[in-house]
Amino acid sequence: MLGEYVPVLITLVVAMGLAATFILLTTILGPKRYLRVKMEPFECGVEQLVSPRRRFSVKFYLVAMLFILFDIEVVFLYPWAVRFRELGWYGFGAMMIFLGVVFITLAYEWRKGALDWD
Amino acid sequence: MPAEAIFMAGKIGFVFFLVLNLAGVLGWVERKQSALMQDRIGANRAPIFGITAIGLFHPLADAIKAFTKEDFIPARAHKLFHTLAPFIALVPALTAFAVIPFGDTLTIGGETTQLVVADLDVGVLFVFAIMSLATFGVVLAGWSSYNNYSMLGGLRASAQMLSYEIVMGLTLVGVFMVYGSLQLTEIARAQGEYFVFGGVNTWIPKWGILTQPLAFFLFLTAAVAESKRLPFDVAEAESELVAGYFTEYSGMKFLMFWMAEFVEIVVISALVATLFLGGWQIPWLHPDGLHVPFTAIVVGLPSLVVSMMGVGAFLMKVFVLIWLQMTIRWTLPRFRYDQIMRLGWKMILPLALVNVVLTGFVVLLLNR
Repeated sequence: MLGEYVPVLITLVVAMGLAATFILLTTILGPKRYLRVKMEPFECGVEQLVSPRRRFSVKFYLVAMLFILFDIEVVFLYPWAVRFRELGWYGFGAMMIFLGVVFITLAYEWRKGALDWD
Repeated sequence: MPAEAIFMAGKIGFVFFLVLNLAGVLGWVERKQSALMQDRIGANRAPIFGITAIGLFHPLADAIKAFTKEDFIPARAHKLFHTLAPFIALVPALTAFAVIPFGDTLTIGGETTQLVVADLDVGVLFVFAIMSLATFGVVLAGWSSYNNYSMLGGLRASAQMLSYEIVMGLTLVGVFMVYGSLQLTEIARAQGEYFVFGGVNTWIPKWGILTQPLAFFLFLTAAVAESKRLPFDVAEAESELVAGYFTEYSGMKFLMFWMAEFVEIVVISALVATLFLGGWQIPWLHPDGLHVPFTAIVVGLPSLVVSMMGVGAFLMKVFVLIWLQMTIRWTLPRFRYDQIMRLGWKMILPLALVNVVLTGFVVLLLNR
């Protein structure tokens, strides 16, 4: 059962080795010249005005929360979708109730303006 | 066991050879196609012994140049995360290809193998799980650089990729309902069957694009958005954010983000080809040969030829989809960020939900 995943593991190790080699090679091969000005963050020629570690818009947190909500709902749909034919109309009806709830959630967020971006 | 090991090594080697070369060539295709579409000549200089081959050696020259450039880390950046970010961006894209079947079964010397590195029964889930890890690389790059442009690019990329991941997952539910599997080989194989209406065989293959036309367009749109390419490239928008989340990168690390993007295009194209365009299937070509439509005539072909034709067909479909994405990238102007979010949440998401309901109705009505 888990034997199926051995090739995946090999692929992962090869990919990681490849990426690590790239980083190692570019670190070794390239020249190193330190200049004080060069080491400063790039900001189109001016000194950095504000720190990038400042607080950012709450919208991004909101998207992350909505993502978790909807992604889990999508994952619930997967096993049902695979066994869909066997479950027939009963399974379809049951899932329609669930999808109805999802739809109401979406409509609610829409009305509340959580999906607006301005 | 030895035959199995040889097959596995061969398949993994083939996948890496294919994906890495395609990623390199795509770097050239991107420049050449943009040049053609803008009435320029494009990259055509890099020679090997005086042969330029319409600029095909440019990816090689790019790689050598990137390796010998200074690997620059800003003084205030988080050194470890800054180095780790391109690594995390590239590895998932390379790994995702492991479950995508690039051909039907191959029989050599009495040993049969399925032409896929790992034939997982949760193939699609695996692709999503692995591909979503790439988000971490992007966000990490944006955060660790200690640069305002990088930070903004990373934030935009994270919200955009999260939004479109839901949409990608949801559009495929219809596909799973039609073919009843998450296994990519099963889905591809099921697409070799024909539509039968009232007992009459129409000889039209059950490709995903025909059974799930809405899902095809929604998924393709979401996939292009997920790869953060024009018209969805606000995360690296050159004209406002310099280079977005990889502004503070140089040398091969800079190129690794590009490689990750190109590999992602290849993976997305392969996924769309497998789910919607029949994978390795060629219409009317079965393992035993070519079935002539509307007759019982079968033109027999050796199984090795059929296998090779399958691999060729799969690659053709992937190339066509790559070309489509390249054309989209150089045709459409960049969307605003609010437009991108509106497209994902307010248009594609409800449409995908409707698609699930409609598919359920139609499948059950036709079935029983």
